[in-house]
Amino acid sequence: MCKDCGCQEGNEKKYFDHQHSHDHDHDGGHYHDGHYHTHDHDQHEHNHNEEHHHSHHETRTVELERNILAKNEEFAHQNKHWLKDRGITTVNIISSPGSGKTTLLEKTLDALKDRIHCSVIVGDQSTDNDARRLQGKCDFVYQIETKSSCHLDAKQISEILPQVVNEHTKLLFIENVGNLICPAAFELGEDFKIVLLSCTEGEDKPVKYPVIFSDASVAVITKIDLIPHLDWDLKKCRKFIHEVNPGMYIFELSAKSGEGMNSWFEYLEKLVK
Amino acid sequence: MHELSLAESMVRELVDYIEKNNVKKVFQINVVIGKLSGAEREPFEFAFPIAAEGTLLESAKLNVEIQKAVILCNDCGTKTTLDIPLMRCSSCSSKNVKLINGKEFLIKSMEIE
Repeated sequence: MCKDCGCQEGNEKKYFDHQHSHDHDHDGGHYHDGHYHTHDHDQHEHNHNEEHHHSHHETRTVELERNILAKNEEFAHQNKHWLKDRGITTVNIISSPGSGKTTLLEKTLDALKDRIHCSVIVGDQSTDNDARRLQGKCDFVYQIETKSSCHLDAKQISEILPQVVNEHTKLLFIENVGNLICPAAFELGEDFKIVLLSCTEGEDKPVKYPVIFSDASVAVITKIDLIPHLDWDLKKCRKFIHEVNPGMYIFELSAKSGEGMNSWFEYLEKLVK
Repeated sequence: MHELSLAESMVRELVDYIEKNNVKKVFQINVVIGKLSGAEREPFEFAFPIAAEGTLLESAKLNVEIQKAVILCNDCGTKTTLDIPLMRCSSCSSKNVKLINGKEFLIKSMEIE
């Protein structure tokens, strides 16, 4: 239907019946086919059902209310069900480059080796360096090179899922591309997101990058063995995290010294039970 | 810049709609970007013409409306619109709040012929 006069598409002759949505200003004037003219209902009569011709584009506004990431979310939804059906817990690990995602995974996989069957999908723009570091520490490691893209998407994950799990797999780690912004927008089918923040970064990173910190369920502060050497305030950082995500659970650990690692392992074991 | 992927995603959605509904021309596209959606207005606007090239959308005007984050307090029921994403009720300072707006990333409507 034409938004100017309510006529049906394809009709050459149009009727005004006052159901139309264009400005028909009875106080004096209105625009009509690109020109302005006035008329006054006190001065003359006119028939509003009068047949007339007018040129117009048959423009209309369609309400769509569509999620722009609908396609990605469809794949994410399928992945989630596929993984759930197999009893696999999936976490999407997100941080800046260099926060210690791969080191944390190395130590975690070593510790869980005889306890939980794990798989890892790791995303980087280029190289399979991370996959090589993790190789042999769990059942499957798969590297996705994203090339020009700054994040993993759900379709990429769906294409490789059958290759990275077997009937024993209980826990799937997805190490996303090092980036605090883009991966936050793309669901992959994970059960939840874990965000890492190393204490060599600013304490205020959570408020600078609130999207991922408000979206993730768990925060991990890494490299805490370095705190004595830094001008870095743990309490302040925790406060910033809770400002964007009140009640968020926070781990504080050092994969290098092992401090805080046991409670992290216990948490992961509880996840798969 | 993930906004290019986002713009391509939107173009795919709309081209799909255009083909199914026999749309002849697209004049305007109205999009809502939530402050906590992970997408930003400027790079998205920059990426749109690149993603739209060669489609019916390339001559369309893109209008972006920003949706601020809104939280609902679970303790006192107040709705707070946030300028910065500090999840605290403006009325009682409670942090027991629920995010009700701000994650949207929607194609709201489209003006077509």
